[in-house]
Amino acid sequence: MRLVTAIIKPFKLDDVKSALEAFGVHGLTVSEVNGYGRQKGHTEVYRGAEYTVDFVPKVRLEVVVADDDAADVVDVIVKSAATGQIGDGKVWSTPVDDLVRVRTGERGPDAL
Amino acid sequence: MKLVTAIVKPFKLDDVKQALHEMGVAGMTVSEVQGHGRQRGHTEVYRGAEYVVDFVPKVRLEVVVDDENAGRVVDAIIDAARTGQIGDGKVWTTTVDELVRIRTGERGPEAL
Amino acid sequence: MHVDAGDTAWVLGSAALVLFMTPGLALFYGGMVRSKHVLAMMVQNLATIAVVSVVWAVLAYSLAFGPDAGGGFIGTLHLAGLAHPTAQVPGFNLSIPPLAFAAFQMMFAVITAALLTGAGADRMRFDGFLVFASVWVLVVYAPIAHWVFSPEGWLFKRGVLDFAGGNVVEIDSGASALALAFVLGRRRGWPRDVMAPHSLPLTVLGAGILWFGWFGFNAGSALAANGVAAQAFVSTQLAACTGLLGWLIVEKWRTGHATTLGAASGAVAGLVAITPAAGYVNAMAALLIGLLGGITGVLAVAVKFKFRYDDSLDVVGVHGACGVVGTLLLGLLAQSNVAGHGAGLHLLGEQALAVVVTIAWAFTLTFVIATVVQRTVGLRVSPEVELEGLDTAVHAESAYDFGNVRAGRIG
Repeated sequence: MRLVTAIIKPFKLDDVKSALEAFGVHGLTVSEVNGYGRQKGHTEVYRGAEYTVDFVPKVRLEVVVADDDAADVVDVIVKSAATGQIGDGKVWSTPVDDLVRVRTGERGPDAL
Repeated sequence: MKLVTAIVKPFKLDDVKQALHEMGVAGMTVSEVQGHGRQRGHTEVYRGAEYVVDFVPKVRLEVVVDDENAGRVVDAIIDAARTGQIGDGKVWTTTVDELVRIRTGERGPEAL
Repeated sequence: MHVDAGDTAWVLGSAALVLFMTPGLALFYGGMVRSKHVLAMMVQNLATIAVVSVVWAVLAYSLAFGPDAGGGFIGTLHLAGLAHPTAQVPGFNLSIPPLAFAAFQMMFAVITAALLTGAGADRMRFDGFLVFASVWVLVVYAPIAHWVFSPEGWLFKRGVLDFAGGNVVEIDSGASALALAFVLGRRRGWPRDVMAPHSLPLTVLGAGILWFGWFGFNAGSALAANGVAAQAFVSTQLAACTGLLGWLIVEKWRTGHATTLGAASGAVAGLVAITPAAGYVNAMAALLIGLLGGITGVLAVAVKFKFRYDDSLDVVGVHGACGVVGTLLLGLLAQSNVAGHGAGLHLLGEQALAVVVTIAWAFTLTFVIATVVQRTVGLRVSPEVELEGLDTAVHAESAYDFGNVRAGRIG
């Protein structure tokens, strides 16, 4: 099993979610994060005091999938999240040693 | 070393925290996330416009432990987090290649 | 002229109440937009207070309430710059200082212009809107105010009744908002994307302030501290209440839920509907007008989806539609002891005429002004700015910081 993690632009979440559902992935976890790569942030001004805020809001999406599906899932995410503009994000996958469904105790691929 | 990641229902965080402390696991990181598996979200209505909100608030808990304890930690989390209702969450482990305590520079199992 | 202390105190206090409605509107609308646009909505409202007040004092007051230039169409510039502040307001026999009247009416112009921010939510240029609002007050608001509120105005002379601004404020803003929504175009992603209110607590606070201020708006329009003001006060309260209940009942029936936004909106819808009628109808009539206002509102806000125009915060649906309903009902419910010859087909006909004329003038001229501004200064922001959020992109600010990651530094 593999954990696929994606950092994407927030307004793309709906497209990625739909694409994953169409692929057959029905569960995922998302969190709001801040990040930047080569994309710069913005400036804020409060009564003349200027602050440079480097971070840009992103969404982190995580989903655990079967080994065979991992590469395809990464592709699905990349295609649905891309805009071509700087700041589109990154996707990576790491191996998962063990997976358990809390409600039932199912382990391994049964818990996917 | 292993990174144990758990997605649990927010109101179960305290029970899980308690269970881990009793095992001698002193530190953890939690974040508020949103997720869904087969559990559906809910509908919101604003001046007649209906929105389907699929995501449900969850808590993500992360803790790095040594290899021998990983299995017991996973079990403890599951026992504490389970309600038997849909949406209880999942727990998984991945291998950690490197761990450093920032304050002291300790590396490896000493940084646990 | 005789100046009555009680009347003056009440009208000055009412002017302050009406002014308070615009920051209230900022909260009401602010809570309904997405968090990345909330500050832009609020500062547009605040700046509208500033710009419209100045334009009013310098020019628009005279156009609206100055001596008639002919035909009851527009006032002369005789009162420009608030000149002749002690001379009786043309056509009126007021027991308050003319300046108090000018100040009171100033706040009406302010809130009417501010309402238009609701039609352009999330996509309007700050500078463009202020230019638009300045011209709009002169070309759309002032003439309609002259026709309906000034005793020298042609609709007033025909017997049209508008106690506090059913035509001048509500229908005017509703029709103007429709034109503005057409010129601006739909928000990116509307109606598919989720654009739910980000903070209904702000909206409820705003609705409370609007409700409170409306007592100045309606009861203050008696221009005296007397029985008519008391009637207007009571009518205002009763209409707000039945408006709220009417909206909730219909909403629950249609969607299965009675919502907070529905309650806040229903109260406003009732208040809008009673605005033309407040001092002219009795308490039971006010209950009915408010109820029909609330029901009209909850049904009218769905129309924009059918015709696919993005009247983002329902200025057309709540202010326009409910204003029309109240103005027409007044034709059937006006009491003759306080309102001309009272209700009947003749009055109903005049009310309908006023509705049609107001809509036609407001819609057409707003469309023209907005188009000209769009092509010169610019009225709609670029897609990139709209996507990033007006708050950071236009105003270099963000509304909320809950201690989350905002690492940055000064300079």
